[in-house]
Amino acid sequence: MPDDAIRCDACPVLCYIKPGRTGACDRYGNHDGQLVRLDPHVVLDRAVSRGDSIVPFLDRDRDWDGNIVSGPENFVTAIGAGTTYPDYKPAPFIISSAVQGVDMVTVVTEGIFSYCGVKLKIDTDRHLGPETNLVRAQGEPIGHVTTSEYGSQMLSLGGVRHLTGGSRREGTVTCETLLNLCNGKAVELGIDEGATVLVQAGKPPVVDGVQEERMRVGCGSATIGMFAKQWFGKVDEVVVVDDHITGVLSEHQAGKLLGIPETGIKIKGHRSTPGRYFRVAEPGTAWGGTNIEAPLSILQDFNPKIAWPRLRLLMVSTTGEHHAYFELDEDLQPVEKDLPSSLSESVTRIKENCEPALCTVLFMGGAGGSLRAGVTENPVRLTHAVRDALTRVTCGGTPVYVWPGGGITFMVDVSRMPENGFGYVPTPALVAPIEFTLKLSDYAALGGYMDHVRSLDSMMSDERRRHLSARENNPWPLSSPTRPRPER
Amino acid sequence: MRERPQIRLLPDGRRLHMHDGPIDLIVEAFGAVCEIRAAYNAAAVRFPTVLEELCSELCLLRQPARPDAPFPEGRIAKRMAAAVAPYAGRTFITAMAAVAGAVAEEILETMTSAADPSRAYVNDGGDIALHFAPGEHFVVGMVERPDRPSLFVTAMLDSRQPVRGIATSGWRGRSFSLGIADAVTVLADRAAMADAAATIIANAVDLPGHPSVMRVPAYSLDPDSDLGDRPVTQDVGQLSPSEIAAALDAGAAVARSLLSDALIRSAALHLRGETRVAGAVPIAGIVSCGASNHEEMRSNRSLVHA
Repeated sequence: MPDDAIRCDACPVLCYIKPGRTGACDRYGNHDGQLVRLDPHVVLDRAVSRGDSIVPFLDRDRDWDGNIVSGPENFVTAIGAGTTYPDYKPAPFIISSAVQGVDMVTVVTEGIFSYCGVKLKIDTDRHLGPETNLVRAQGEPIGHVTTSEYGSQMLSLGGVRHLTGGSRREGTVTCETLLNLCNGKAVELGIDEGATVLVQAGKPPVVDGVQEERMRVGCGSATIGMFAKQWFGKVDEVVVVDDHITGVLSEHQAGKLLGIPETGIKIKGHRSTPGRYFRVAEPGTAWGGTNIEAPLSILQDFNPKIAWPRLRLLMVSTTGEHHAYFELDEDLQPVEKDLPSSLSESVTRIKENCEPALCTVLFMGGAGGSLRAGVTENPVRLTHAVRDALTRVTCGGTPVYVWPGGGITFMVDVSRMPENGFGYVPTPALVAPIEFTLKLSDYAALGGYMDHVRSLDSMMSDERRRHLSARENNPWPLSSPTRPRPER
Repeated sequence: MRERPQIRLLPDGRRLHMHDGPIDLIVEAFGAVCEIRAAYNAAAVRFPTVLEELCSELCLLRQPARPDAPFPEGRIAKRMAAAVAPYAGRTFITAMAAVAGAVAEEILETMTSAADPSRAYVNDGGDIALHFAPGEHFVVGMVERPDRPSLFVTAMLDSRQPVRGIATSGWRGRSFSLGIADAVTVLADRAAMADAAATIIANAVDLPGHPSVMRVPAYSLDPDSDLGDRPVTQDVGQLSPSEIAAALDAGAAVARSLLSDALIRSAALHLRGETRVAGAVPIAGIVSCGASNHEEMRSNRSLVHA
C-alpha cells in the first residue's frame, strides 16, 4: 500500500480511505489507520416525547423541527463520538451542563472493547444443547452454553479468547455476530450436539425452525403451588399437564397443606415426589408441550375406595391454552362438562401469567482499562468515583449495571439503547458508546481534563449531531446529579 | 464486514427509508393505501440488490464517457450511461455523475410498474425522481447551499410539465466538483439526466486559475475517485462581485446550451448569494427569512435538496 489508506469492507463499494477521510457513505472513516464508524453524533432529546421507540432522525434528511432546546434537556451520547487513540489524549467530547443549579460534566467516548461479549437469554424450555458445548456462527466457535435459568437457556458469547485468541476468521465472525446481536439484528447460532436457534434481541427465539410463543407459567408442580389456594373449594382435583413435571393438586404439598382430601386419582408416569410426575407423555405440541391430545389418556381408573360420584376434576396445561373439566358419574367414570365460571378465572390467570418468550441480549464489557485515561490523568480515581456512585456510567444514555469488585465491568440491555449504537474495528473488537457523568467539581478533583470541557450549547450547534428522543423507560441520564436513580 | 441493507418506515409512518452503503433513499408514495403498500413492497424487494449490481460494474462506470465505450449490463448502470452519453467526447464526465439520479429513477419505476400511486417520489440524497398521475402536482423546495439547507424558493411541478427529475450539485455537497458553484439545481425529464446535467453545469461555474480557489487532485482525497488527478474544489476564498458574475455567466452559458438540446428544462445556479436561472422555473413562492408559508415548507420538506 502506497500510504496509510485502508480498505473499508462495510459495503461492496470497498472504498480505499485515506487517513482523516471518510468513504463514499460518509459513515465510515479512517481514523489513525483504524476503520471507525462516524455516524452523526447522537444527542438524546428529552423534550420530544414519542410513544414509540427512539428513532434516529436522518442526517441528510435534515428533517428535525429546528427546535434547539438547551440545558439539561439534552444529553450527548457517545454514539458516533469516536475515540482518541492512544487513550491518554482527552476523550473526544467533555461536555458541561447545569442540572438543577449544579455544574455537571459528561465525558463522552466510544470504547474499543476486546474484553467484551454478550449474555444471551433465550426463553424456552427446549433443550438447546449440553452445558459448556460450543456455540457456533457460520461454523466458527463464538461462545458456549452456560448454566440454564428458570424457563430460559443461557448462552455466553464472545469474549477476548474468541475475538483475538483464535483464527482470524473466528475473530471476525465473533465480532460480526456480537455486533449484529447488539444492534438488534437476527443471528443464527448452532450448538454442538444441539439445536440451531435464530435469535434477535426482543424477538421470540426460533428453535430448529419452530418459533417459541410463550413461556409456561412454571412446571406443572409450580403451577399447583401458585394456584392451589384459588382452586380450593371450587374443585376437588386439578391435574396440571406438563412435559417436565405434571402436578396433581390433592397429592401435592400445596394441596395437603390446604387440607384437600385424597381423590383416588391415578396418573400414568413416574412419580417423583408426592403430586409430581415425570414423563406422563412424550414431548410434543399439544397439551403442556406434550403429545397429549386427549387429557384423559394419562389417567387410570379412579380408586373406587376413595373416589366418589360427582367428584369435580380440572385438567389444565401449564400455559392455560388447554383445559378440560370433568365430573365423575355413578360408575366413577369422568364425563366432560362445561368449565364452571368459578374455575374459568383461574385458567385465564394461568394464561395471563405466561409471558411472551423472548431473546434478550446484555452487552458486557470492561471499561476499566486504558480508556479511563481519556477521562482523567489518574485512571483509578475514575474507577473509585464510579464505585462511590459519584460518577454515573451510561451506554448510549442507557443505564448500566456495574459489576462489583475491581475495574469498571458493566452490563447493558441493548434493546434499551439507541438503534445501531455499536460499531466495530477490524482488530477485531467491538466499539461501544460510554459516557461518564459527574459533578464538575468532582471531575476537577479526580484530575479531569478541565481545559477540554466544552459547553453543551457548543455541541448543539454542531450540524453533524443526530437528534433522538429519549426512551420513556430509561431514567434520564442527567436526572439526579449525585445519586443514580434506582432502575425500574 | 458487510452491513446489510436497511429498509424501514420513518417515524412519521409514511415515508420509507432505505439505506445500503452510500445509498440513502427517502421514498414516499401517495394515494390509496393498498397502492402505497404495493409500491413500497416493490421498492423493498428491488432495493437490496441495487448496490451489488452497481459495484459489479464499478470499474467500467468510473471510466470517462466516450462515444465508443462499451455499454454496461445492469439496468441502473444503463440509465447512468444513457444519461451521460450526450456529453461523451464533448467534456469530461463519467457515468458515476448520474448514479444517484439513476438509482432514484429505477426505484421509482419499480414502484409505479407494481402499483398505481397518485404521486410518488424517490429522494436519493437530494437527487429526486418524481411521479404524478394526471392532474397531480408537487411543491418542491429549493436550497441555495446543500450544506446549509434553507429554502429560497418553492417550485410547483405538475403532471402537464415534462419534469420528472431534480438534482443538485456543488462543491459543498457530498461529491467532488471541478467548479465553485455553491449549488446548481436542475429540473429535467429524468432524474439521471438532471443528475448528470447538474454536475456538468456546476463544473462550469468556475474561475480557472483563480488564486482564491483551493483545489487538490481528487485522488489525493479519494484514491478510487473517478475524477483521477483532476483538481477538485476544496475551498473558495474572497471573490469580487465581477468574478462571481463571470463564474455564473460561464455556468449559465453551459446551462443554456443544455436547455437548447432539451437535456434540461431549467437550472438555478448559486454562488455567494447570487443566483442565475436558465429556463423557466415554475415558481410557487419566494421564501424569505423567517416569513412566508411555514406549513407549506413543512409539508414539502422531504423534497428539499440536501
